[in-house]
Order: sequence, then C-alpha cells, then structure tokens
Amino acid sequence: MLTYTLRRLLLAIPTLLLISLVIFLLVDLAPGSPASEIPLTVPPEVREKILESLSVNQPIFVRYLLWLKQFFWVEPLNGIDWLFGTNYAEGMQRIISYQTRSPVFPLIGERLPQTLTVIGTAYLVGVLIALPIGIYSAYRQYSLFDQFGTMFAMIGFSVPTFFTGTVFIIVFGVWLGWFPTKYDTTLEVTDWDSFVKQLRQMAMPVMVLGLANAAAISRYMRSSMLENMRQDYVRTARAKGMSERTVVLKHVLRNSMIPVVTIIALGIPSIFGGAIITENLFGVNGIGAALIGAIRGNDLPMVQTLAFIFAILIVTFNLIADVLYGLLDPRIRYD
Amino acid sequence: MTDTSALDKPESQAAAIWRQFRQHKGAVFGLCVLGFLIVFTLIGPLFWQAPELTTTQQILNKNKPPSWAHPMGTDQIGRDILERMMQAGRVSLAVGFAAMLIAIFVGTFIGVLAGYFKRLGGPLMRFTDMFLALPLIPLLLVMVMLFRDKIAGVVGPEMGAFILIVFAIGVTSWMHAARIVRGEVLALKEREYVLAARSIGTPPRRVILRHILPNVISPVMVAATLGIAEAIITESVLSFLGLGFPPDFPTWGRLLFDGLQYMQLYPERVTWPGLAISLTVLSVNYIGDGLRDALDPKARGR
Repeated sequence: MLTYTLRRLLLAIPTLLLISLVIFLLVDLAPGSPASEIPLTVPPEVREKILESLSVNQPIFVRYLLWLKQFFWVEPLNGIDWLFGTNYAEGMQRIISYQTRSPVFPLIGERLPQTLTVIGTAYLVGVLIALPIGIYSAYRQYSLFDQFGTMFAMIGFSVPTFFTGTVFIIVFGVWLGWFPTKYDTTLEVTDWDSFVKQLRQMAMPVMVLGLANAAAISRYMRSSMLENMRQDYVRTARAKGMSERTVVLKHVLRNSMIPVVTIIALGIPSIFGGAIITENLFGVNGIGAALIGAIRGNDLPMVQTLAFIFAILIVTFNLIADVLYGLLDPRIRYD
Repeated sequence: MTDTSALDKPESQAAAIWRQFRQHKGAVFGLCVLGFLIVFTLIGPLFWQAPELTTTQQILNKNKPPSWAHPMGTDQIGRDILERMMQAGRVSLAVGFAAMLIAIFVGTFIGVLAGYFKRLGGPLMRFTDMFLALPLIPLLLVMVMLFRDKIAGVVGPEMGAFILIVFAIGVTSWMHAARIVRGEVLALKEREYVLAARSIGTPPRRVILRHILPNVISPVMVAATLGIAEAIITESVLSFLGLGFPPDFPTWGRLLFDGLQYMQLYPERVTWPGLAISLTVLSVNYIGDGLRDALDPKARGR
C-alpha cells in the first residue's frame, strides 16, 4: 500500500508539471498578453521599461522556470515566514498580480474562507441529503419513493446550477422574501442575530450547490447498495436472525460506502469549478469570483495561479480517492 | 408437414433496437421533447417572424407583456422574445451537436489508437489522464477571453464566437469517449474474428475500420448523446458568465444572462431560456439512458 501511494505521488509530479506548462503556455502565448495592451503612443524605451517591470521581456522558458520557482519555492517560504515570523523569503520576488500590484497568494488567502464556508457546507448538505435517499431507494427498489428519487436525480443532473440558482432567487428572494438575494461578505458572526443572518444568506447558495451534488451521489449510493443487497453475506446475516435494521444499516451500508466515499472525494475538485457559477450568481466573494475578476481584468499571474491551484486540487483528490479505495477495501491490493 | 408460415420474419437489428427503446418511457418522452424543440427552433422562424420596426417603434415597443402580437412579450429594446428564443435555440443546439462531433471524433481516434497499438497505449492514456486533471471551466474561460477578439478579427464576431466555443468545448471533452473506446477495443482485439482477420494479413487500418469500429459504435453513440447535453451546459455556463456569444447572436445561455438584470421585474425572461436549456439536457439525458438499454444486446433479449 505504501509503495503504491509513493508511486502515485511520484507520478503526480510529472502530471502537475505538464499541466503547469499547459496553463502557462496557454495564458502566456495568447494574443491578449500585456505587451499588446500598451498603447502605440508610448515611446519604445518606456515600453521596454514597462515590459521589464512586468518581467515579460525574457524568453519564455526562463519565465516558465521563474514562475515555477515562485510557485513552489518562494511562496511556500513566504507562507512559513508569515506563520512563524521568520524571514527566509526576504528579497525574493513573489508572484505579483497585475491588477492590484500586490502578491497573489495573500489575495487568494483572503478569498478562500468565503469559498470554503459556502462550498464546504453545500457539499456536506449534498452528501447528507444524498445518502438517505440512496439507501432508502435501494432498499425499496422500484417503489414510488425510488421512482421519485430517480426523477429527482435526473432533474438534478440536467438542470444547470445557474438556472436553479436564478429560480431560487426569484421564488425565495423576490417573491417570498425569505432570504437575501446577495451574499454579504463583510458580515461577521459575533452573536445569535448575526449568526441567523449568516445562515439565511448562506441558505440559497448552499441549497443550489447541495442539490446538484446530491443528485449524483444519491445515484451512486443506490447502485452500490443494490449491488451489495444481493450478496450472500446479506442472506447469511438475515438467516442468523439479525434485525433488518442491523443488516441494512450495518452490514450492507458499510460495504456500500466504499465506492461512494471515493466518489465523494473525487467530486470535491469539481465543486470548486461549480462554485465559480454560484459565487458569481449570489455575489459570494470567493476564489471563483476572484478568477472571473482576474480574467476580465487580464490579470495573467492571478489567472495562472488560480487555474494551477484548481489543477493541484484535482490531482490531489484523485490521489486521495485512489488511496482511500485501497485502504477501505481489503480485497484491493495494488502491489 | 411443417407449417413454415408460423415463423415470423426475423426482426432486423434496427427494429429490435427501436422496440427496446420504446419500452423506456423516459427515453420516448425525451425524444418527443427534443423533437419538439428542434422543430421549434428550425421550422418555427418560417412561421413566426416579428415585423421589422423603426427605432421609434422599437422604443415604444419595449418591455411589453405577453400578447397575441408577442406571445412571450418583448425585451428591453423592443425585440420579440419568441423570435429570439428560436434563434438562440438554433445556435445552442448547433453548438451542442458540433462540439459533440469534435469530441467524439477525437475521443474515438485516440481511444482506438490507444487500445489497438500496445506501444501507444501507455503514453496516450497518460495524456488523457492529464486532460482529465485540467481545471476545465477556468481554462475554457481563459481560452474564450484571450482568443475571442483575435478570431473575431479573422472570421467576424458571430462565426468567431461559434468556432472558438465549439472548438474549445470539443477539445476539452473527448476524454471519457476515449476511455470507453479504449476499453472496448482492448476487449475486441482479443476476439477470434479480429485474430482471423489479422491472420490473413489484413493491414491494421482495415482491421480497425472494418471489424473494430462497427463494434464500438453503440457505446460511442451513448457517449455522444450524453456529450450533447454536456456541451450545451458548458456553452450556457460560458454565456452565463458573460464570456460566450455576443448579444446579437444569442444562445439560450446568453438570453438568460441578458435577462438576469431584469430578473426582479420580468422573471419570465430568465425562466424561458432556462427551461429550454433544462428541458433539452433532460431529454437528451433520458435518450442516452434509453439508448444504453436498447443498444445492449444482452438487455435487449429480456
């Protein structure tokens, strides 16, 4: 198991390097680069200076290596400095945003908590909705509840989040007036009232994202449960005279959770992608909104860094899912 | 004396598939809805054309509620919403089909190469895995943002947006098709008839075209159907974020994006395009589901 994990970790490194190269080249070679944004009336020597200050006048592989060094060496050092008050990273050039002229990572750090509270809660809610639905519709296969669950899942798959989001805003925000339509990022939870306020403003984005995720997860839960219900050990457990509750919720559920846990881990990076839409719609000031802002403002370092962070998330959670699967299921041996 | 007339003529394959497909209620419903939407967008404009208006008339005509002259009302600059829904639907569906075709073509090509030629398999699958690990929505947004103006300069804003978005969605969604096809090809390659074909000296190209491709068609068709849904959603996400099609060449996603500003006063401007997208995707997903059952000969016997 350990060798397998190590081998996967080592394999992740070239994958990440390749992805970083793709992201870097795509953004850097695109026609909308900063060099083309400078007006033609600017004299050539000033133009040179501007390009130098943006450090885009060097050959491309130098810039790529510099960016890699900044991402993997300078920024972690800065993180250490910030955490422990040391100064290892003094005098090293950080990744600077074109828009704000300040380092990119603290900006992302400011945005991240917003995303994590909303997205994390949404995913949790999604999983909590999905598991009971999946379990019950497998237990009563082809019942009315199961058919309803299938329909719910199909609709959840098909209706895009931006549409459920707008419908929620119209119905709950505008007509009924239950929840605020925009998320207030500056709200600080200090007492009960502000906590209720926070809950109310989180309700809609959380429900929209949660329902979309619940649809897929409940399907996996159902099919995994169905597969296990037919196994011999279930019959044995029943024959021993165990209560239906123990059989379903202990024996079957535990075994069915193995693939579902990996699916849940695999879904985490994609909800960050989905968060771009939800954040944009509800005005949550998270990293998805930061990405859209950076793309609109032609802020290349920010876009590259954020896109690469998304890629790291995907690769990491793929790895976690694979390792988890091996850990949970003793029948699977990789080595 | 045997009575041969009691034996029915054997059912053709297409008829068998159709018989199985009809048993799936959701799929039939999906086919009807999708058919209706296609007729609505393709033939609708022949019967329904809003009259050309002068600028003054347009200003007087703006934000009208639904009436006989404008069944879905008019928008903020006096355009008939029903007409725009039809035009937008054409583009949305065209994007879905075209992007799916690219994705399936690339996916099948890479899948067949990776499955049939052992030496290419490893590197190609690594390549596929790398694409699967790319953060697609951010990358699509970046691609559209950075290349839109350049391509629009060459082929015009409408065609530019169409080509760019179709191409971008196509080259970022072929991975699942490639994996499915590779798996199928790996299994088919070991079958006796492929071995027989190879033993009489059939070149690989002809083995693939004659013997392997016809047998991977059914999983590819299911993947293609689901790919249309995926492409339509991706396109509407791009349009929804304001990085899709220009407003005078709308898609359903773009109409929804335009309607967002007026959401509180005229919610129907958001719900119509949103419903159209959702219904299309829902029906396409159901059709894919039904096709999967119908094309599987093991399930068909039952």
